[in-house]
Amino acid sequence: MKLLVNGDEREVDVEDDMPLLWVLRDELGLKGTKYGCGIAQCGACTVHMDGVAVRSCQVAAATAEGTDVVTIEGLGMPEALHAVQDAWIEHQVAQCGYCQSGQIMQAAALLEMHPEPSDDVIDIVMSGNLCRCGTYPRIRAAVKTAATKLQET
Amino acid sequence: MGRLKTIGRRSFLIGSATILGGVAFGTFMAARPHENPLTAGLGDGEAAFNPYVKLTSSKITLIVPHADIGQGVQSAQAALIAEELDIEVEQATLSFGEPSAAYYNTAFADEGVPFMSFDDGSVAETMRDVVGAVVKLIGIQATGGSTSMPDQYEKLRMAGAVARETIKAAASQRTGVPVDQLKTANGAVELPDGTTIAYTDLAADAARIAPVAHVALRDPSTWTKVGKPMMRTDIPAKSTGAQAFGIDIELDGMVHASVRVNPRKGAEMIGFDATVAKSMRGVKAIVPIKNGVGVVADNTWRAIQAVNAIDVDWGPAPYPAEMDGHWAEVAASFIDERLDDEWRADGDVDAILSTSEVIDIENRAPYVAHQPLEPLNATVLVTAGGVEVWTGHQMPRFVQQQVARVARVEAEQVTFHNQFSGGSFGHRLEFEHIKQATEVAMTMPGTPVKMTYSREEDFLQDFPRQIAMSRAKGAVANGQIIALSLDIAAPSVVASQGGRMGQTMPGPDAQIVAGAWNMPYDIPNLRVRGYRVPELGPISSWRSVGASHAGFFAENTLDELIRRAGADPMEERLRLVNHPVHRAVLETVAEMANWGVDLGPNRGRGLALVESFGVPTAEVVDISITNNGIKIDKVYVVADVGKIIDPINFENQVQGGVVWALGHAINSEITYADGMAEQTNYHAAEGMRIFQTPEIIVRGLENAEKIRGVGEPPVPPAAAALASAIFDATGKRLREMPFNKFVDFV
Ligand code: FES
Ligand code: FES
Repeated sequence: MKLLVNGDEREVDVEDDMPLLWVLRDELGLKGTKYGCGIAQCGACTVHMDGVAVRSCQVAAATAEGTDVVTIEGLGMPEALHAVQDAWIEHQVAQCGYCQSGQIMQAAALLEMHPEPSDDVIDIVMSGNLCRCGTYPRIRAAVKTAATKLQET
Repeated sequence: MGRLKTIGRRSFLIGSATILGGVAFGTFMAARPHENPLTAGLGDGEAAFNPYVKLTSSKITLIVPHADIGQGVQSAQAALIAEELDIEVEQATLSFGEPSAAYYNTAFADEGVPFMSFDDGSVAETMRDVVGAVVKLIGIQATGGSTSMPDQYEKLRMAGAVARETIKAAASQRTGVPVDQLKTANGAVELPDGTTIAYTDLAADAARIAPVAHVALRDPSTWTKVGKPMMRTDIPAKSTGAQAFGIDIELDGMVHASVRVNPRKGAEMIGFDATVAKSMRGVKAIVPIKNGVGVVADNTWRAIQAVNAIDVDWGPAPYPAEMDGHWAEVAASFIDERLDDEWRADGDVDAILSTSEVIDIENRAPYVAHQPLEPLNATVLVTAGGVEVWTGHQMPRFVQQQVARVARVEAEQVTFHNQFSGGSFGHRLEFEHIKQATEVAMTMPGTPVKMTYSREEDFLQDFPRQIAMSRAKGAVANGQIIALSLDIAAPSVVASQGGRMGQTMPGPDAQIVAGAWNMPYDIPNLRVRGYRVPELGPISSWRSVGASHAGFFAENTLDELIRRAGADPMEERLRLVNHPVHRAVLETVAEMANWGVDLGPNRGRGLALVESFGVPTAEVVDISITNNGIKIDKVYVVADVGKIIDPINFENQVQGGVVWALGHAINSEITYADGMAEQTNYHAAEGMRIFQTPEIIVRGLENAEKIRGVGEPPVPPAAAALASAIFDATGKRLREMPFNKFVDFV
């Protein structure tokens, strides 16, 4: 089947029910998207499908066909990072960093929907993303900084 | 590769070592230093400033030997070298060390001796030295126990200083300018006339001269890097998805595997039927391994699907199958035959208790899983010449040994490539997953095998935090605590873990009572005893190890007695505290939290102070009672680590420690049924999520004499401070974790 990932059309030969997560990681070599739980509990596998944040461990490959998939690799360019990535660096959010691809993808989608999110909205929308290292205080701050950066541009 | 004559110097140069095509310089005093692992790979004209700095004509490499498991230690280690070497960290390449005895960690010794951390008396110091020498002998290159910073604090600065002075000597020889007229900055030597020579240009010269052995460290007041906010070197890659972890390894011709091992940990597999799995798409091989079975496939998901399709007959657990059996064994351990040691005996507890009204208090702490977000994995390549291993681990040398044993080769034939880890919290001190990957890889020599646990398998195979119980008798009079007898029973995590590594740990286990026996209070009659529960299920170090249960027991017990005495939790602790460093920690947190202020209705405030890993840490927790349950509003934390290397990372680590501790205290435990963990994914043991996370206000103090790490010390006080706050708000005393068995949380 054909998948559109980060603007590129990619041909993959996989079962219809292989989760998009594993297609990305093991078939397309896009390792920025992480496996954490496989059951929609951690958010480490979050990507965008047609602009909406989804848990790629729950999306069958066949469902992703015909949609526009964006992963952390496609979010910003090295020379021009996405505002969320910029904010994440500024606040030095990461500890081990394993959850952060998912956090950043979720935050980017959140700011698309809520350009000026309240504290409660940030807490509610980001609650599906576990961080075992406990970087939540910095995630809150970085989301706000990213919102400001996006407003300015 | 030339062999230099300087080889004969190794017996008298401090810390110098084997020389192959370069000079090597030491930083630590040792009669017989371990071989410098860097010299083996040196070419002509390259210098290794043993074993942390390597200089070639093209680059400067800093070896940062402590594994980075998310605590930012790589960056901090580099800053310590750079401070004396006069380079910017960005000018150097950072590398984890090869597994080597030269990177031994002496700081572990501090926690193995029965003296107060602030006891600098000669007996205490001698004991630390003796234990330190043992550690040096067996060469534990380990990351754990918050020991990275104390271990590295002097060694790395000295490594930088020795390298700098030797490079200057080389420049002096080349230019004829006396050394005292040379300056260094930004990785270059500056001559009086303003011209500069890059360090890399001096590599060949430095490799030819005798190293400078006597270098004084700079005064901390002149530091420009250490103690200032830094940008951690790994932050950009971890903010763009570019950081690769062990699970992301990709090698030519690599295949993917997953295993299932008896969830009744340690028990055998009786048999299996892989008929279905064999015929599944992408499956290349079914491999029986010790106590389980693995599947090799062309994709991780296919391997996991197939291994789950195998019908397996598991043998019975070597420990009680049901939870009741575990608790019964712990409860039955408060007997003389199981007394591990009496750790503290101030005054005459029995005399006071026999004439007072005795308050009995019992506390419990459950098994808890580690479950860092990156599931355990290991990539192994077996060839005729040996074995290569790629994974993130806290004890590289032991990985070599363990893999060598499985593959039946010499440890030197095992090459270990340490990887960034997606968290550890103690989980990556274990070896089973690496041994299992090795077994699978042995069936296909020449093909690299990446073995990944499913999250479910990771939960089932997790050796959790120890189960533990305390029984206390206390007495109060005139608003004061006058006596406390605190008995703690737990299986020995040191023995359980050491046993799997083939090490026996003689003597009593300090971890049974860590954070309790050393409570910094002068209660006139105080006794703390540890009781050793015979091994039940296998257990392992969990962020803050013994203090995670014993610190909770000590402070939750003390808090209950203080409230029974009708005293104020802060004032009574301030009255009892017996060391100025700990007093300052309490006073600072009281000032930050404005202790004594009226919080208003439906609010509560609690306090706890625990010293673990030598770091006194006090926490004040504020909560509200809402219609949806208890909400944790704010946590104030003060910790004294002697010296803060990077204030930003310090704050991040402390906040993370508080989140870790509160999340698990609220909602996480591992329970056994039919010999297997009942919790197999995050829905059943989730820790803290962002909406539950309080505002966490952190302050670090630097009054303590020794520098200490802060990865673990914020953990032990948090649960006790929360229980104290819940009592304050509701009058209900929680004596067992997880608390959500007894109250609701938001
Ligand atoms: S891996 Fe998809 S939500 Fe955890
Ligand atoms: S930074 Fe480690 S899990 Fe979030």
